[in-house]
Amino acid sequence: MAVVDEPELSRPVVLTERKITIAAGVFSLGGIALFVGLAAFALLLADVAGVSEGRIFDAYVWRVTRFTLLQAVLSTFLSILFAIPLALALARRPRFPGRVWIVRLLALPLGLPALVAALGLIGIWGRQGVMNTLLSTLGLAQPVSIYGLSGILIAHVFFNLPLATRFLLAGLERIPGEYWLIGTNLGMGRLSLFRLIEWPAIRGLIPGIAGLIFMLCATSFTLVLTLGGGPAASTIEVAIYQALRFDFDPPRVIALSLLQIALTGLLLAVARLLTPPAAEAMTTGRPVVRFDGRDGPAKLLDGFVILLGAGFVLLPLASVLVSGLQSNLLRLATDPMVHRALATSLAIALCSAFLCVLVTIALVSARQTALRPRRPPIAARGLASAIANGSSLVLLVPPVVLGAGWFLLLQPFGDVARFAPFIVVVINMMMALPFAYGILDPAIATHRARTLRLSESLGLGFLDRLRLIDGPSLRRPALMAFSFACALSLGDLGAVALFGSQDMVTLPYLLYSRMGSYRTADAAGLALMLGLVCVLLTIIGTPGERKVEEDADAR
Amino acid sequence: MRKILFSLMAAAAALSSPAVFAADKTLTVYTYESFTSEWGPGTKVAEAFEKTCACKVEYVSVADGVELLTRLKLEGASSKADVVLGLDTNLITEAKATGYFAPHGLDVSAVKVPGGFSDDVFVPYDYAHFAVIYDTETVKNPPKSLKELVEGDPNEKIVIEDPRTSTPGLGLLLWVKSVYGDQSAAAWAKLKDRVLTVTPGWSEAYGLFTKGEAPMVFSYTTSPAYHMVAENTERYQAAAFSEGHYIQIEVAGMTKSSHDPELAKSFLAFVTGPEFQSIIPTTNWMMPVAAGKEPLPDAFGKLVSPEKTFLMSPDEVAANRKAWVDEWLSSMSLN
Repeated sequence: MAVVDEPELSRPVVLTERKITIAAGVFSLGGIALFVGLAAFALLLADVAGVSEGRIFDAYVWRVTRFTLLQAVLSTFLSILFAIPLALALARRPRFPGRVWIVRLLALPLGLPALVAALGLIGIWGRQGVMNTLLSTLGLAQPVSIYGLSGILIAHVFFNLPLATRFLLAGLERIPGEYWLIGTNLGMGRLSLFRLIEWPAIRGLIPGIAGLIFMLCATSFTLVLTLGGGPAASTIEVAIYQALRFDFDPPRVIALSLLQIALTGLLLAVARLLTPPAAEAMTTGRPVVRFDGRDGPAKLLDGFVILLGAGFVLLPLASVLVSGLQSNLLRLATDPMVHRALATSLAIALCSAFLCVLVTIALVSARQTALRPRRPPIAARGLASAIANGSSLVLLVPPVVLGAGWFLLLQPFGDVARFAPFIVVVINMMMALPFAYGILDPAIATHRARTLRLSESLGLGFLDRLRLIDGPSLRRPALMAFSFACALSLGDLGAVALFGSQDMVTLPYLLYSRMGSYRTADAAGLALMLGLVCVLLTIIGTPGERKVEEDADAR
Repeated sequence: MRKILFSLMAAAAALSSPAVFAADKTLTVYTYESFTSEWGPGTKVAEAFEKTCACKVEYVSVADGVELLTRLKLEGASSKADVVLGLDTNLITEAKATGYFAPHGLDVSAVKVPGGFSDDVFVPYDYAHFAVIYDTETVKNPPKSLKELVEGDPNEKIVIEDPRTSTPGLGLLLWVKSVYGDQSAAAWAKLKDRVLTVTPGWSEAYGLFTKGEAPMVFSYTTSPAYHMVAENTERYQAAAFSEGHYIQIEVAGMTKSSHDPELAKSFLAFVTGPEFQSIIPTTNWMMPVAAGKEPLPDAFGKLVSPEKTFLMSPDEVAANRKAWVDEWLSSMSLN
């Protein structure tokens, strides 16, 4: 027998819970700000010999800034432009053969180190790649070169088209089943469905996704240099790295990082102003059945779009698979060094992903709770926007700055190497934060709009709500955020090479190490293993179709 | 979360300092990652040295030579390094400017490095000349000089490294400067058409090369030795350039803060000795600077051995590096 609290009893409970929620958010945000701020401050105050003098914002910096903006804007635009039709087609075809695998593999590029992705892309698009081989059998004399802006764009779309597609698809799948029923009853055509149902569901997501992609592209480093064809293609991140390495000039490093953050922050703020918020809608939890697009040509077109999009993402992955299979996998699989690296990588990935999901839920809940009153007080609005901006801009803080800063801070406490795992976990958690935020914020917003009043009026306690209401419907987005964070963390090389801890060898680190000592085949094999681990994680993050149906039945 | 993190850190810090230096003497060597990797010379070197010193060698390894210097600068005088192994000649001036290194006071007359490098603070322990490595299956007429490389068929591509981020990249920059002098900018503008792409580091460039994406790559004269010894193939060869080759010399030095300067000094003597020199070639894939215990593997006899060696003084490099990189940037960015 369910016991329902009296309304007058539940009111203070709700208020306390709001306070706790906001406090958790403030605590998380403050922790992140402190982590970044302390590192930057330590680096800035470092009493370091041989700092070069000279103007920080010289012609070189403006040139790389221009190029950073150009390639990032183009990459973002193209990724989203192509992601929209792909996401629409995938949403319309829940029974497309192999769909769940396509959706799962869309999370894979993020988990690959840039070098691996670059080699995979070159296997397809390079001078000796599949495309040029095709063209030359068709009679083309000289191979088409992708090196230059085109190569950078291909690489960035390869990384970010899948990301945008997954986020948009999640948005489309949140559309209540009632909408499709009504749309069909009203006899809406393709365009009307898009204008009245699909577009309102995704337009609110686009600024967030665009911001995320823009930041990933703006801070891109290895891909830009390797596929850019020459130093004309350099990003601010290259200048930052350069300033910290050969020049070792901390003030310049900090100034360039601030430039990167300020510019992007400005662009994101403008983007956010220009777009209306997403509309939330009630649903009775009716299973989503699509009645549109059941004729032949529509099926054909969707199939074509899905195959094209999937092909673009999967072919370079296949190229990684093929070169991986040529290595001595058996030897690698029995190599104790590889076992250790795998265990280390997994431990770090799981820890940082878990932390990341917790922190993101705290941030998202605090922001939405703060904005809940009809006229939120100015402090609440400030907190909400600090959370929204802070959780995304954190991606722009160069990991080398965090690594060097925390090295300085921890040095007085003895051997820094023993702190390396903690620092890596926190850095990886932070780098995954914007992704988790992008997944969980809209999901939680929709969920709260649909259930919060009801569960509050029922006076459900926190645990009961988690078990009965929040848990079941937020499990999927939370798992998706978890698997994205894991994948990101797995592919990360780690910013703590400076810490010099030999005991902490991760898979990407081992991969680079083998590559750096001529063992290219080993590196290809390790890339394959890394990919397989990511695939396993994406299976967790994207439960199969059967499960989806069970969920629907359970409701 | 943060609280837990900090208390863990505090606990770890409390556990750290004492008890480590209890029994034996310890020599702490800072070096780069590939030295201590499972294939690198690190383990063998430590074992061999430990037999002579009744001490324990502890490595702290960072990504590469440049990062080694960064770490020292960040640590300052409190560094626990006794010996720093893995800087190259281009970093020496900056390394000395930190004031953390002490003169070695060793007689290094047995050390033979092409170009005749010697220094009172840093001891060379291996070297290699930079070289263009080509794939014999696709390049039938490899360039015979830097001039031929610059002026050759722009459709026959080469992958090079970026001097802003990598040591070989800086090496090529200095090589071109040594040969072309004032005409370097024009040479780069011409070579640009032949450059497929400029990678941030050696690994990316060499990866593209072995994948067959470009028939030439900028690397070391010793690279073919790896393919001959470990892979049994003579497919990849170094092109000998008639003007001469630029050299990279790797050096080691002892710190002023070393808690056992005598031990540090004996390690520096050890790295030029026969045992260390025998370990280096097939683990670090560099040339030894002195006679080893055993003769060099045959493959090393087949390598290009340049008649003329280019090496700019560390001071000259330190003084001009920024201007030369800027010149490189503008020539390579022309359309």
